[in-house]
Amino acid sequence: MHVLLPLIMGFAFGILLNRSKVTDSNVIEGQFCLCDFTMLKVMLPAIVIGGLGVLVLIHFGDAKYHIKDANILGVALGATMFGLALVFLGYCPGTSLAATATGSVHALVGVLGMLAGAMLYAFSFSWIKTHILNVWAVGKVRLPELTGVPDIIWLAGLGAIAVAGFVWLERRAA
Amino acid sequence: MSMLTDRLSQRTAGRRLDLSPYLIGSAVGVLSWVAFSVAGDPLGVTTALSQAAQPIAALLFGAETAAKNPYWAPMPFSWNYGVLFLVGLMAGALVSSLVAGTFRFESVPRFWRERFGGSVLKRFAVAFVAGAVMMFGARMAGGCTSGHGISGTLQLALSSWIFIAIVFASGLIGSRIVYGRKGK
Repeated sequence: MHVLLPLIMGFAFGILLNRSKVTDSNVIEGQFCLCDFTMLKVMLPAIVIGGLGVLVLIHFGDAKYHIKDANILGVALGATMFGLALVFLGYCPGTSLAATATGSVHALVGVLGMLAGAMLYAFSFSWIKTHILNVWAVGKVRLPELTGVPDIIWLAGLGAIAVAGFVWLERRAA
Repeated sequence: MSMLTDRLSQRTAGRRLDLSPYLIGSAVGVLSWVAFSVAGDPLGVTTALSQAAQPIAALLFGAETAAKNPYWAPMPFSWNYGVLFLVGLMAGALVSSLVAGTFRFESVPRFWRERFGGSVLKRFAVAFVAGAVMMFGARMAGGCTSGHGISGTLQLALSSWIFIAIVFASGLIGSRIVYGRKGK
């Protein structure tokens, strides 16, 4: 694959993160005190628009699924650690890299911590694999197969909830 | 793209409706189409970032330790798609902030100063530990806000919806405990 493709895609993603203001840690913190909904305003359209497009691409054979294993204990423990750390850092991994590039020194310190965390994980990987990742491992499961409700209904429902929620939110703010 | 969103948000400024986060989110969705079809690899951050830790581990703990590690061995560091994506991401954010005039050095953010004061050392210590815990959690879960939160949820993956639901739940509870309720 040409090296330019990931560079250009990353470049676009970096611009989008910065323009949406999620490279400001106050915006992420605002989401978790429910004072600022920017993070959800970016994520939900990305999920619905992205999901609809990818559904079409897969239908025509131009893309395939890349599903992560549902190792439920590992996902649950990892997500809990992630959510709590997010409250203290104010950045997720992608936004901390982007924020570092916009001059945030504490984001850079967070990135250095992430590199340390990655080493810690790599060195404890054998133990984690046997004792955590194998617990309640149900594999690459998707909600449509699990529930029998088709993709389009899930995405349309999610879109409807998002639109209704955001309309309510914007009216309340006005 | 940013010019378009700027113009749209200016036009709607009189009605106090800022469309830009929705438009930017939609653009991230469109970028996902490219990732899934042209690149054949969904948007993600922590897999590549954990690979970038391998050469550092080699420096600190010896090349053999890093090369033989069972986590890195199947996916050793190289200037691959994911790593180049992160290089592009940082370049994009840098250019965007320079163009917008928002580039500035910040050591202690406002939310932190209001709760824990202006100590740079304290802020850095907590940021480092939080970064480590976050990465450890992201690797255990198999992704982060990008890989699970956007790329996984848009495929309606069970693992990703569990991840994002628990991240929001623990974030909301954690924020309430650490910062208290901010009346706003």
